[in-house]
Order: sequence, then C-alpha cells, then structure tokens
Amino acid sequence: MAGHGTIPAKEGSMTHPTSHDSSGSAPASLMADAPVIDFDKFKPTRSHLAARQRKDTFMRWLILLAFVVACIPLISLLWTTIVNGVRRLNWDFLSHNMTYVVGGEATGTGGYGGILHAIIGTLEITLGSMVISIPVGIMCSVYLVEYANRSRLSRTVRLLVDVMSGIPSIVAGLFAFSMFSILVGPGTINGFEGSVALSLLMIPTVVKTTEEMLKIVPNDLREASYALGVTKQRTISKIVLRTALPGIVSGAILAIARVIGETAPLLMTAGYIVSTNMNLFSGEMTTLPVYVYQEYSKLRANCPADASASCVTTIPMERAWAAALVLILIVLILNLIGRIVARIFAVKTER
Amino acid sequence: MNKHVIVRTAAAASAIALLTSLAACGDNIPAGTAATANADGLSGNFAGAGASSQQSATEAWIAGFTASNTKAKISYNPSGSGAGVTTFLTGATAWAASDKALSDSEVEQSKDVCASGTAFDVPVYIAPIAVVFNLNGVSDAGKHVNMDAATIAKIFDGKITKWNDPSIQEQNPDITLPDTAITVVHRSDKSGTTQNFVEYLKAAAPDDWTYDLSENWPNEVGQGAKGTSGVISTISQADGTIGYADFSQVGELGTVSVKVGDEYVDISTQAASNAIADSTIDENVTGDNRVVVDVNHTTTADNAYPIVMVSYDIVCPVYQDSATTEFARDWLTYVVSTAGQSVASSATGSAPLPNNIVDRINESIAAMG
Amino acid sequence: MSTTSTGPSTGPTSTLTKPVSGKQVDKVFRAIAYACGILILVVLGAVALFLLFRAWPLIGGDQSAVSETISSFTGGKATNFWAYVGPLLFGTVLVAALALAIAFFVAIGIALFISHYAPKKLAAALSYVVDLLAAIPSVIYGLWGGLVLVPAIYPFWNWVATYLGWIPIFAGPAANPSRTVATVAVVLAIMILPIITSITRDIFLQTPRLQEEAALALGATKWEMVKLAVLPFGKSGVISASMLGLGRALGETMAVLMILSPGLKYSFRLLQASQDQTIAANIAAQYPEANELGVSVLIGTGLVLFVITFLVNFLARKITEKKAVK
Repeated sequence: MAGHGTIPAKEGSMTHPTSHDSSGSAPASLMADAPVIDFDKFKPTRSHLAARQRKDTFMRWLILLAFVVACIPLISLLWTTIVNGVRRLNWDFLSHNMTYVVGGEATGTGGYGGILHAIIGTLEITLGSMVISIPVGIMCSVYLVEYANRSRLSRTVRLLVDVMSGIPSIVAGLFAFSMFSILVGPGTINGFEGSVALSLLMIPTVVKTTEEMLKIVPNDLREASYALGVTKQRTISKIVLRTALPGIVSGAILAIARVIGETAPLLMTAGYIVSTNMNLFSGEMTTLPVYVYQEYSKLRANCPADASASCVTTIPMERAWAAALVLILIVLILNLIGRIVARIFAVKTER
Repeated sequence: MNKHVIVRTAAAASAIALLTSLAACGDNIPAGTAATANADGLSGNFAGAGASSQQSATEAWIAGFTASNTKAKISYNPSGSGAGVTTFLTGATAWAASDKALSDSEVEQSKDVCASGTAFDVPVYIAPIAVVFNLNGVSDAGKHVNMDAATIAKIFDGKITKWNDPSIQEQNPDITLPDTAITVVHRSDKSGTTQNFVEYLKAAAPDDWTYDLSENWPNEVGQGAKGTSGVISTISQADGTIGYADFSQVGELGTVSVKVGDEYVDISTQAASNAIADSTIDENVTGDNRVVVDVNHTTTADNAYPIVMVSYDIVCPVYQDSATTEFARDWLTYVVSTAGQSVASSATGSAPLPNNIVDRINESIAAMG
Repeated sequence: MSTTSTGPSTGPTSTLTKPVSGKQVDKVFRAIAYACGILILVVLGAVALFLLFRAWPLIGGDQSAVSETISSFTGGKATNFWAYVGPLLFGTVLVAALALAIAFFVAIGIALFISHYAPKKLAAALSYVVDLLAAIPSVIYGLWGGLVLVPAIYPFWNWVATYLGWIPIFAGPAANPSRTVATVAVVLAIMILPIITSITRDIFLQTPRLQEEAALALGATKWEMVKLAVLPFGKSGVISASMLGLGRALGETMAVLMILSPGLKYSFRLLQASQDQTIAANIAAQYPEANELGVSVLIGTGLVLFVITFLVNFLARKITEKKAVK
C-alpha cells in the first residue's frame, strides 16, 4: 500500500478543522507522546474511555445531523420541481417546439407548446463541449501527474486550472461571443459558440477530478508496468487511465453537471429560438435552462376576454417547471449511462 | 479496447439516428387559422433580437406572419433592447426591438449596415404599466386604490411608509386602509419599464421626484427584483408591497387607479391607447422616417391612463439583400396592421396603436426600398 | 460518456496496427500532453487579454463618457469605476464566503456519512443522489429559492433578527420578503454542497484501508479513526473541492440574479434588503440593456472578478502548500 502506514504515528501534530472541541485532548495525548516510553499514559482510565466514547457518539450524531439538515432543502427542491413539473409533462410537451404558441391558447395539436427544440439544443451543445473539453482535460491532467510533477510550468498550469474553475460563467459567455464575432463575423450566434463557452467551464473540472484520480493510482502499478518494459505511453493509457477510469467518468459527469444547467453564457452565445434547429454550427439554438428562464420571465400568458375555455394564464410557469423536471431527468439518464460505462470498464481492486 | 471502440461507435450511431428521427421538427399546427399552405409569400431565414418586453407579442406576430409566409423562418431573441440594437448595428439581424428610440450616434452608425439611408424606429407595441400592490383586505377583495402622481412619487421615494397615511386615506374614503408598512418593489435590472415609470413620476410630480431619468432605479428604497416576473413574485410574497409592472402580468394583484385631471382612471388597454393618441410625435429627431412618440404623461384626456411604455421596432429602409428589405417591409406592415395589433393584444394585453400613429408609420413603410 | 477515452485510445490502436517503435508514439503522446497543459495557459491568457481589450475604453476612452455611463448604472451614486466595482466586489466575496462557510462543514459531514457511517447499500444510493444534485441547474435553484425558500425562511430570519439582532450582522428588521444576502448565501451553500460532497466523498473512500484498520486496531473509536486516517488523507482533496465550490459561488449568476434584492453598499447587514450586489449578477442585470460603453464597463467588472478568483486561488494554494510541507 502507498504511504506504508506511517500516518497514524504523526497525527499528534496535525490540526483538523473539526478538532477544536476541548475533549480532543484525549487522543492527542495518546499519540503525541508515543515515542516517550511512559506506559502509564496508555493505561486508560474508565472516565477517559467514557469521554472518548461520548465524543464518538457525539460526532456520529453530528454527522447524521449534517446529513439530515442538508437533505431538507434538497428534498424540498426536488419535491417542488416534481410536483409542479408533472402537471404539464406529457408526450405532446416532449414532441413539440414552441412555434405557433400564442398567449395561453392551446395550439392546433391540443397542446401548449413543448421543449423538443430545447432538448435537442441541450444535447447537441453539451456534446459539443464534451468533445472539446474531455480529451483536453484528461491529457492536461496526464501531463500534470505523469510528465511534469513539480516543474515550474506544471505548477503554473495547476494554479491556472484553479483560476479557470473560478471564471464566472457569464464571462466565459462574453469571451466566446467576442471570439466568434472577431473570427467568424460580428453578431454571430450559434450552438457551437455556446459549446466553446461551456468547454471553458468544463475543462478545469475535468482536469481537477482526473488529476485527483490519477494521483491515487498506486505507484506500484506503474513501476510493475515499466519493469516489464512497457513504454510510458502504453503504461499511461492502458494501466493508469484504465485504473482511474471510473473516477474519470464520474469527474466527467460532474463536469457535464457543471455546464448542462448554465443559462447566462448561453443567453448571449446560443441565443433563443422557438423552432427546432438541428444544426449546431448555424443559427440560434435554445437549451433547456434558457427555456426555463425565458418561460419564467414570461410568468403569465394573457387570455383575452373572448378566449376559449382551454386558455391557461399560468401556462409559462407550468412549462418552466416541466422543462426543469425534464432537465433533471436528462441528467439522471446521463448519470446512469456514466455509471454503467464505469462499471463495465472498472478494474477489480481491493475495494 | 476494441470492444470499447465498438460500444462507442454504436452509441454515436444510435445518437445520430435518434437525432435525425427527431428532425421532423415538432412544429405545432397554427391554432384557429387553417394554414393557407399555398400562399407561400416570402422565404428565407430572418432573425430579430431585442426587448424582452416584446417577447410574447413578437412570438404571436411570428406565428401570425409565418401562417401566411410558410417558407419564411423567423427567430426572435429576447436578449434585451441594448443588446438587440448593438447586434442590429453589426448587421447580424434583420430588425431590432427596443424599449427606447435610437440615439443620434446609433442612427449615424446604422449607415454602415443599411444599403442606403439610416435606420428608423417605429412604435409597434404599447404596454400599460400598472402600479401593482398586495394588501390584505384590499387587493384580495379586488379593490383599486386611488392615488395621484405626488402620492405615488412619495411612496416610491420612501416618504410615505404606511398604507394608512392620511394622504392615501383621504383619496380613498370608501376603503379602510390598514396600518401596514409599505414595501416598495422595483426592478433591479436596467429596464425600459423603469425608464418609462420614472419619466411619468418626473413629468407628473416634478416636486416630489427629483432624481435624474435613468433605466436603473435611482434610490435604495425597498427591494429590487429581476424582471417583471421577479417584481410580480416579490409583490405576491408579502403583505403591504407595491411596485410597477407590465399590465398583462398583474394577475390577481391589485392595481392603483391614477389621478388624471380630476378623475381616477383604472388601468386598461383602451385607456393606455387613449393616452398615446393624446401624445405628440417628436418632430425634432435626427434621421428620416423615424416615428418617435413623446408620451404625454400629464394628459388630461378623457379616460386616458398616463403610465405607458412605447416599444419600437428598428429597421433599415433598404438592406444589402433585397429579400431582407422585402421581409422588413412586410413584417412592419403586418405588425402595425389591425390584425397584427389585435393578435398582440390578445396574446399579451397590449394596447392597440391609435390611428394617428399608424398613419405616420405607414408613411415610413411606404418610403422603404 | 463514450468520449472519455478519446485522448488515450488514439495511441494504442496505432501501435497495434503498425510496427511503429514505442518511442515514437511515446513522443507524440508526450507532446499532446504538453500541448494540452500549455493550452490552459493560452486559453487563460486569451480570456484575460480579451477582457482587457474589451474593457480598454474604460482606461483609454473618453473619461467623461465613462463616468456618465457609470452614473447611469448606479443612479448617480458612483461616477468612477473603482467606486462602482468596490461595493460589487465586496458583495461578491461576502456572499461566496458565507456560502462556503455554511456548506463546508456540512459537506464534510455528508461525505463522511456516505463514506464511513452509512450502511453500504444506503451509501451507494446516497452517492448517486449527490451526483445528481450537483447537476441541478442554477436556474432551478433560482426558481426554487425565489418562489419557495424566500417566503419559507422569513420567519426564521425574523426570529434571528429579533433575538440575535444585537450582533451587527443580524441587525433587524428582517426584510420581508427576505430577498437578502443571508437567503442568497443559503441557496448558494445548498448549490455548492453536492459539488464539495461528491469530490470529498470520492477522496475519503480512497483512504488506504490498512491505515483505517491500523487505527482501529490501536483501539481508536470510529471518530478517532476518521480524525487520524481519513481526514489527513483527504485534506488536499477537500481543499480543492472547496475551491471548486467557492469558484462556483463567486461566479454564480442566475440564482443571485433571481433572488437577491441588490444594493451598492459595503454592508454586513445580512438580513436587510438592497444592501449588496455581486459582480456576476450585476453583469447579467445590466448587460441586456447596456450600450457599447456600458458593456465595456461591465466587462471591466468581470475582469476584476477574474483577478479576485486568481488571488483567492493563489492564496489557497499557498496555504495548502505550507501545510503540506509541515
């Protein structure tokens, strides 16, 4: 095992964010004084044992409490979305776009418009940014972990990846917008521009999670591979990346999660359109989060005095919640696919 | 690894197959009007961008316009007036929608985009701005509260802080107002609605509203919220709130009847239209063909509601591309026509353009390439 | 997900089919890895340069027009760039720091619960849920925060303001509806919670089993084992996860935009409305209606945010390095 089990011996000097509790002195005194041969100290008194036990129970409850407290808002969020979302979630909603939707009136098909165009837009734009950022991100972390440990360049790159993860999404949007207006032509708006903006946000997440995963691939594996005369490239791609694959996949999912719900950069790069646009490289494209935001911004549709009974004034908000629910479902499906992929390729380890 | 490649290829192939199977687009069938499929009219892709206030109206117009021009594909991006005009001035869009008229420098800049002449703006969308409130026992009973301009200005400036303030109570002898604190809710983003609302306060109550005109809310009274939807949801969340918002979004909240002349006028689309009919067209603007309405906030006309936002469409007289010129002309013609205005009115609750203004707009349209 | 291995898989297929010497492929692979590392530098440089380029009219342009634009943004409360960006910066850091402060310990708690306390089956289900929650778009948090949390949390803030009002940051009266910094911080904390938890949990799960068992064999209680083996092992991962969370909180736009009632003050009054505003939300609120020069001003504020993230990350890295040396 990496680390050779030396960590527990050093622990007396370590400080932890959670160890400010006064009763923390008990284990510290046990460990810090280990080198001094004073066996009396190791003789636990009954109250000492009880105090440790109490602390253990206390922390157990504290951790459980943290979990429960965090669950309340998250459950409320999911519950709100599901309850409000299912109301308008039906096949008509999924298979139509927003053309010919006027006010709160039903369209010719009997529905109230839908999100087909937004689903297609979301999938295409996210796929576009994945194609850009996942290879780049993985290779960058390969560089950081396998090739350049501790060189000045690698430290700079590592720092800049951290900085990049802090780029506000709206600034990434402005960057992509201006890059395209200079390179392609002023006022260019298309889906791919959105992909570029999103990949700027995605790369640092991919790099950071992959880097963490590569780091914990045991060195023994690499050394064994080199000892067999395998080249570095093959060691990395066949041994290191292979071992780290499940972690990399969940990192990639996290990165997708980071960008699939972005609204602000897409408002200025991919625009908004009510009809279906299949072409990532030309024309405006609506994504689900932008759709949710636009419907929320409409808030209410108007039903004139002579409107038919099927006119619904609250339809924009209902569409917004239904689209939000679909977005969550898409993420759920992507997640499932990612997990299956990870399971298929997982290398059997001790755990 | 080979297995992996196969899996990947299969996944990619199925994804593409899935996408193409969806390529049927999912367009809805236009409601009501049987699509006159043979009357093709224009064809091509035309994009517009601009004011988010016009979003619902423009979507209704696009639906109506494409019903008779089935080959035309029109998109509208409600990116905001400023962004819309900026994009238009790069030549990327066919038209822009804006809550305010063009500035002189923008007219000058448009020479680069238009094939000849300069861009011009015409009013297409008149939205009454309601002063909205939520007050237990009053708004939920469906009652209006009467206020004059000075009272509104004082409330929004934080000078009147209770609903039962004598200056409100004496204008509303029929209602018992509770002792609730007033929470002012205003827009937190830059917006044409704010601009028009403060223009009204400045014009109708100059002594009580001393701030400079701006699209941003000038003081720190009360709370700010993003967009009309944010204002409406904030107002509906607490008792004693008051704000301003697009009339069509008001829903179950109460609205203030504003004092015009000696009477209190309830908000309605017709009353807003009356106020615009009583307004003048600014003849001193630079540039040809422009129709800029100088809203008469101090109107005393019969049944005229003076807090109104006028929103414009901006087009070139002639484009580099003749199809776009044709589109722009047909588009404006449709939008300001009786049919176009009534579609917008039923979709958004906007006020129809008064005839004297439509005549002026038609002159401008006739002058197009 | 199938693209995850695109990078590496280009190498091996060629070695299998062609008798190219391994060293050749090695070099190409190495070059690609270096190129990707350097690409990060290039991209970041491009972003910084570009922002500077677009913000240039602020420095090189007509100063009176600039101050007029800023004055129109603020309703005359500020006329120069620094007076404008100062409060925004303060608000951004305040909101993000509060969010991280709330989320940090809770996230570690949940991560420990999933990795070491919960029964195996429950843990698997929970980690799936956490990954899913990390993907909920900010616009949905914005919807939920603005429509559900704001009215629901008012009684709590009102209670805080009444009984803890003597602490300056909780000074009352609590705004109703509570579209305040405190509420936004809570929403952002909930938002970054799954991100921090997800990464932290992965790291905690990687703690060498031998170390854990050694600690337990020495008679440590479960909590002592966590303190001795798990937390030290996961420290750098926890910090980098927190930085990711902080980054997201600093740049969060939609949720802040949809919830916060903004103001332009240097104010710690968390429970009152119209006190602070964040840079990102301010850009989103002003951008749609801004003219050319206005956009320059906004990009200038974006540049400041960019620099701040740089500094925050730089400091965090220095701190972790120092601890690692010890």
